[in-house]
Amino acid sequence: MARAVTTQHKTIATAAAWIVALLIFFPILYTIITSFKSEQEAIQGFALIPSGTTESYAEVQAQSGYFKFFLNSVILSVGSTLLAILIAVPAAWSMAFSPTKRTKDILMWMLSTKMMPAVAVLFPIYLIFRDTGLLDSRIGLTVMLMLINLPIVVWMLYTYFREIPGEILEAARMDGASLWNEIIYVLTPMAVPGIASTMLLNIILAWNEAFWTIRLTTTDAAPLTAFISSFSSPQGLFWAKLSAASTLAIAPILIMGWFSQKQLVRGLTFGAVK
Amino acid sequence: MATQQTRSLARFMMAPSVVLLFIWMIVPLAVTLWFSFQQYNPLNPMRDGFVGFSNYALFYSNPAFLYSILNTLTIVVSVLIITVIGGILLAMLLDQPIWGQGIVRILVISPFFVMPPVAALVWKNMIMHPQYGVFADIARFFGAEPIDWFGQHPLTAIILIVAWQWLPFATLILLTSLQSLDGEQKEAAEMDGAGFLSRFWYLTLPHMSRAITVVILIQTIFLLSVYAEILVTTNGGPGYASTNLPFLVYQKALLEFKIGQASAGGVIAVILANIVAFFAMRAVGKNLDK
Repeated sequence: MARAVTTQHKTIATAAAWIVALLIFFPILYTIITSFKSEQEAIQGFALIPSGTTESYAEVQAQSGYFKFFLNSVILSVGSTLLAILIAVPAAWSMAFSPTKRTKDILMWMLSTKMMPAVAVLFPIYLIFRDTGLLDSRIGLTVMLMLINLPIVVWMLYTYFREIPGEILEAARMDGASLWNEIIYVLTPMAVPGIASTMLLNIILAWNEAFWTIRLTTTDAAPLTAFISSFSSPQGLFWAKLSAASTLAIAPILIMGWFSQKQLVRGLTFGAVK
Repeated sequence: MATQQTRSLARFMMAPSVVLLFIWMIVPLAVTLWFSFQQYNPLNPMRDGFVGFSNYALFYSNPAFLYSILNTLTIVVSVLIITVIGGILLAMLLDQPIWGQGIVRILVISPFFVMPPVAALVWKNMIMHPQYGVFADIARFFGAEPIDWFGQHPLTAIILIVAWQWLPFATLILLTSLQSLDGEQKEAAEMDGAGFLSRFWYLTLPHMSRAITVVILIQTIFLLSVYAEILVTTNGGPGYASTNLPFLVYQKALLEFKIGQASAGGVIAVILANIVAFFAMRAVGKNLDK
């Protein structure tokens, strides 16, 4: 760009952007700050400097066993993502490298399953889960989250795989590579970044899924979404504890999210905006 | 090189995904459809049986139904307006050369990664609480009476929370699209003496139109089924003031055990989503051809 950017222009834009950004981030920031206050401190009005106590964190763990919910969240989000990848890679692969006339229709149909409102199938799923003993089980919920995210996983992988140039495959075949060698030595190295991005985004989505994880669990399989929802009825002085629990619940995924901005755009727009 | 063998291999590789999604879509939906024509109450099984369209009639005559449809649409439309307009403005601001752009982006995108129940509870207790919230502190500072958000304006409060969660998404996607705008085109327009507004109207906005469409369609899918935010803040109340369609169906099914009516509500939700989906698929499909 040849356009000269004046320092004044940049200063104004910077100030405006930072003010807006801090306002948007403020609820998260204030939650983190409050989590380092004592309960008494937390209700004494607006204050940005906490005393720095970590008693709320200790109490959240001691009272409600935060770690168990955290573990469930990790198992469910990572487990469902791995399962989805396992099922989706072959599908995306064949759609990207040997597309047929119906490939596009199948992709669109998969996308359409994503649009079915969860409430519409709430009771049938609830019944199936109850009758098969899957209610409040990690296995049941893992499968559920896998099914919810499978269309996105197939789509994302498909858009990544499609960018792998077909000539490379042909060259490998000319050189006499078998299908198996082709997959292991040629395609896999090129596909790994796309698969990693897909996994990252889907772990985030599964971690934050807050309909099925709340409705289909009670205690054993309950992840952090269900744990946090238990704070919905006020329990005396609980502002600092709520803040500590919230901070713990969002911190891991917030950090992962910061690293996946690009994939987020691509994954959530089904490749329409890159 | 599509031999018969590779073609059948392709079919075999695709089968698990297709079969699973097919079962996942058809079986529960069929069960819901069946229940929507049944009287079925696990607490009172004596009267169970086929009832024709009376569940739909009951659901329809329930005053909560009209409320829930109106609230659903209000949430969708309000959040869309806030996030699209806010997103365009923010994207244009962040597209300027600024110091610390990376950090600003991280701050702006963060709310999107906050799980819905946390977002709602943080807003409910830390920000909007009539006694201890930051809004109340600000109001008191100016000598005003703090607003009881969830008592007096429950739907507005929920819209604010949901908009806060989705504004980053809109911003990020619009910014991505904005950054692909050709700098030379902008310069040429400037050289020709096009002012800021006409540049925005004739160059930037048309360029972003596809991204805006995508933002609207994808957000609509998610906004139609806002649930956790309502569950942990107002629980649908006071009365039905903040009950949307998903929440009403949940209440009917799992709290009142009126399965027939809940299923009828579910079918209505599917129809509503399908109307949206029809337009969504066309837009995304068009982009696929490119």
